[in-house]
Amino acid sequence: MAKLPESIPEIVAEFGPHLHTVPSGGWIRNSHEEKMVKTHCCFCGQQCGIQLRVSDNKVVGFEPWEDFPFNRGKLCPKGVKRYMQDEHPDRLKTPLQRVEGRGFEPIGWEPAMERIVAEIRRIQAANGKDAFAILTGASLTNEKAYLMGKFARVAMQTANIDYNGRLCMVSAGAASKKVFGVDRSANPWSDIPKAKVILIAGANVAECAPITTDYLWQARENGAKLIVIDPRMTPIARNADLFIPVRPGGDIGIFNGMLHVMIERGWIDRQFIAEHTTGFDAVEEAVRKYTPDYAAKIAGVPAEMIVKAAAMWGPAPTSFLLHARGIEHHSKGVDNCLAAINLVVASGRIGREGCGYAMITGQGNGQGAREQGQKCDQLPGSRDISNPEHRKFIADIWGVPEESIPGKGLSAVPLVEAIHDGRIKGLISICFNPTVSLPDANFVREALSKLEFYVNIDFFLSETARYADIVLPGSLMEEDEGTTTNVEGRVILHRKVVSPPGEAREDWKIICDLAARLGQPDKFNYASPKDIFEELRRASKGSTSDYSGMTWQRIDDNNGIFWPCPDEAHPGTPRLYEGGKFGHPDGKAHFMPVEWRPSAEMPDAEYPIFLTTGRVVSQFLSGTQTRRIGSLIEQYSQPVCEIHPRLAEKLGIADEDFVKVESRRGNVVVRAKLVKTIRPDTVFVPYHWPLDRSANNCTIRAIDPVSNIPEFKVAAVRISKVDQPTDPIAMLEVQAGGVR
Amino acid sequence: MTEMQFFIDYSRCIGCQSCVQACAECDTHRGTSMIHLETIERIDSVQTAPQVCMHCEDPVCARVCPADAIKKTPDGVVQSSLKPRCIACSNCVVSCPFGVPKYMAEFEQMMKCDMCYDRSSIGKKPMCATVCPSGALTYTTMEEIQRTRRGIPVNSWKFGGEEVRTKVYVMVPREVERVEVNLVQIETTPKPLPSDPYDIALMLEGVEA
Ligand code: SF4
Ligand code: SF4
Ligand code: SF4
Repeated sequence: MAKLPESIPEIVAEFGPHLHTVPSGGWIRNSHEEKMVKTHCCFCGQQCGIQLRVSDNKVVGFEPWEDFPFNRGKLCPKGVKRYMQDEHPDRLKTPLQRVEGRGFEPIGWEPAMERIVAEIRRIQAANGKDAFAILTGASLTNEKAYLMGKFARVAMQTANIDYNGRLCMVSAGAASKKVFGVDRSANPWSDIPKAKVILIAGANVAECAPITTDYLWQARENGAKLIVIDPRMTPIARNADLFIPVRPGGDIGIFNGMLHVMIERGWIDRQFIAEHTTGFDAVEEAVRKYTPDYAAKIAGVPAEMIVKAAAMWGPAPTSFLLHARGIEHHSKGVDNCLAAINLVVASGRIGREGCGYAMITGQGNGQGAREQGQKCDQLPGSRDISNPEHRKFIADIWGVPEESIPGKGLSAVPLVEAIHDGRIKGLISICFNPTVSLPDANFVREALSKLEFYVNIDFFLSETARYADIVLPGSLMEEDEGTTTNVEGRVILHRKVVSPPGEAREDWKIICDLAARLGQPDKFNYASPKDIFEELRRASKGSTSDYSGMTWQRIDDNNGIFWPCPDEAHPGTPRLYEGGKFGHPDGKAHFMPVEWRPSAEMPDAEYPIFLTTGRVVSQFLSGTQTRRIGSLIEQYSQPVCEIHPRLAEKLGIADEDFVKVESRRGNVVVRAKLVKTIRPDTVFVPYHWPLDRSANNCTIRAIDPVSNIPEFKVAAVRISKVDQPTDPIAMLEVQAGGVR
Repeated sequence: MTEMQFFIDYSRCIGCQSCVQACAECDTHRGTSMIHLETIERIDSVQTAPQVCMHCEDPVCARVCPADAIKKTPDGVVQSSLKPRCIACSNCVVSCPFGVPKYMAEFEQMMKCDMCYDRSSIGKKPMCATVCPSGALTYTTMEEIQRTRRGIPVNSWKFGGEEVRTKVYVMVPREVERVEVNLVQIETTPKPLPSDPYDIALMLEGVEA
């Protein structure tokens, strides 16, 4: 019975999102705190060092942490105001149960846990173990990610566990693994300023990885040329030496076209290719037809731009490729990444100072959370759940028979589809707000309302938690301790700053308690997250992402350690592939030929415009935290539709008009923002907002066949001017889905 | 010379407003931001420009203040108005060539950027120049900026006929010695703008749909 128990405005009135605008204790001078704790930002994959000011077990402010080497005190607005999620009026402090017609009412831990266990048993007995699924998140620490994977396989024995990193890093990870045999950014960020040409493909660095900006600008001060590929002129693109406003989904045209020109002009490293790679012949064959003219038609840009890009990239002495969701959020996301990486390998410029490549991790622990075994196809240490040796290794660590570990489960989108068609009837979710973050949001909401039993663990009542039968109050990052792995592959330590308020508990304690009640007390008998880390170390031993030589102490003493780190004397590995040694058993990089294909849904007469979605700097992901912080909502209060004046004129739309952006699946009504910085065939709507303001009402449930990432970056829409909506949702506060 | 100086490089700014958010966290005016982030013309470009107080050597704001409420510290930092003296005339507001001071009725005084005096006077960096992710705002030594940047710092401005020297530097291309701000005569018809460098439609002219 996972339907909403009462109307949305009623739930919002009680649980928010409300805005927190004044810090605990008021806007008083900050310098009288009891302690200042060095930790890290909880939001994006940059994982900036930050100090939190604490007074009376309350976080009351922040202070930059200038000695942490990655960001040296720098922070984006989310990091600056992050402390405002503490002492928040919306904070969940007791378990809640759904009461039909009345909403959510407090319930004790004991009856809540008893009910959860009874429902898990009932549903699994009637429908099989896999009928109860788990959805987790990439903002969880390594310890929690590890725990969730083990909980699913050992305590619940369900195959169906997946995580919201499925919406983030999986295309990049899959491509990196195919080519290099390792899924990690190849270089530390300190290599970026040493590169003489930098190619940024589909990465709105200024808004989504703001700290990386300084690294890029520093490279330019050192004389680097910057190439940016994006359908929108983002703040980084404004200063690029070459900006290529690619048509959404046309990236392979640019990459293959560049490689075509590089081969033709001899701007590739034949010796490196011969000695350190396989498969180049097939790539050479594949790009033969990608002449600049042919490639430009696919990319939707002038052919000269592609030639110019090749001329900048090809002969450069050092180079760096950065890519992110712009090329990854496609039904051909893996192929997009492969085509981009081919440019790196063909140049031979990798594994050296100032030479390499990185995927820009989006979520806080986007890197680590995909290594510890909470993906539907992975066991800890990035191990393959279908590989008998890998299964045996982990079975021994866990002390369970190998055959008791379930096989590969469903990834996030098919998992929600299985909920929709009734194959999955029960769900536990933690750190995931799929009604905002998954594509085709109407379908997702429909699916959730079909669940027989749904448990949501979170610190605020997210839009998704409204569908829950039981909500358990978990912990904020600063209320627990543990490690994350940043964008560079650097493992860092988050310190416990305050304890969870009221009856809220640390997430790991909730999971261990549940596991014990499900009959596995011994296998989840941890005294602390550090205990979990010690097991994680052993579980990762000998794997590509080897943490076995790390201790919390070492991590702390060294401002983080890069994996692999196979023994306690090992300094860690900031730069991979030195000496042209790659992660595959043959030690070589494997070229993969790529052929362009259209996106799942291309514009047509009925829906003639490309919709692409993304983020803004002041909001984070589904907004569960950042839509509750007053000054962040003030900075960018509601989603707008960025539209080129030429397209707007054709449609009779003026700046600030309300428009309905409509796809075959749903619509979103927002104000129009006329900007010349977007392609005239494309509109952009950021996705952080819920309900009728959710860009994901329009996006398509198409996924990449390899990575299963959804195609957030391409949907076909039509756009029309409408009156300002005045329905009850529109009348809500902006952070809750209203409009102004 | 190891003295720390404040440098602005407008070309680096990415409009993230970290400076604005962090300014409100500075102890001398916690809860209220003093930095202005100007969006040039969003329809045309994503260019933004942060404006802190430039801390003029001979501050016009202080010169025009009839109540003598605006003081410069010996280390050259021009402060907000002294509250008991400030008579809310807003002379400073209209006279500042950089548009910095604001009369804040809520606090009954003119308030503006004081370079986080509580921080900078004890050797710490101002909030905005610590957090700024792009390095558009930087607080460091002259040697360091000369070593790490292509452009050069200047602190000399010409507004029409008037010369102004400021404590804060801006980064400009090598050949520039002084920032000249030419006043546009409102009567004359403005010159047509050059073709728009940031209009993607123009970049794609001739490309098939
Ligand atoms: S959101 Fe990312 S860039 Fe911003 S402060 Fe946090 S970790 Fe740094
Ligand atoms: S910039 Fe304006 S407010 Fe600052 S010192 Fe100069 S005149 Fe005064
Ligand atoms: S923090 Fe820096 S980059 Fe961001 S708006 Fe301010 S000056 Fe610009």
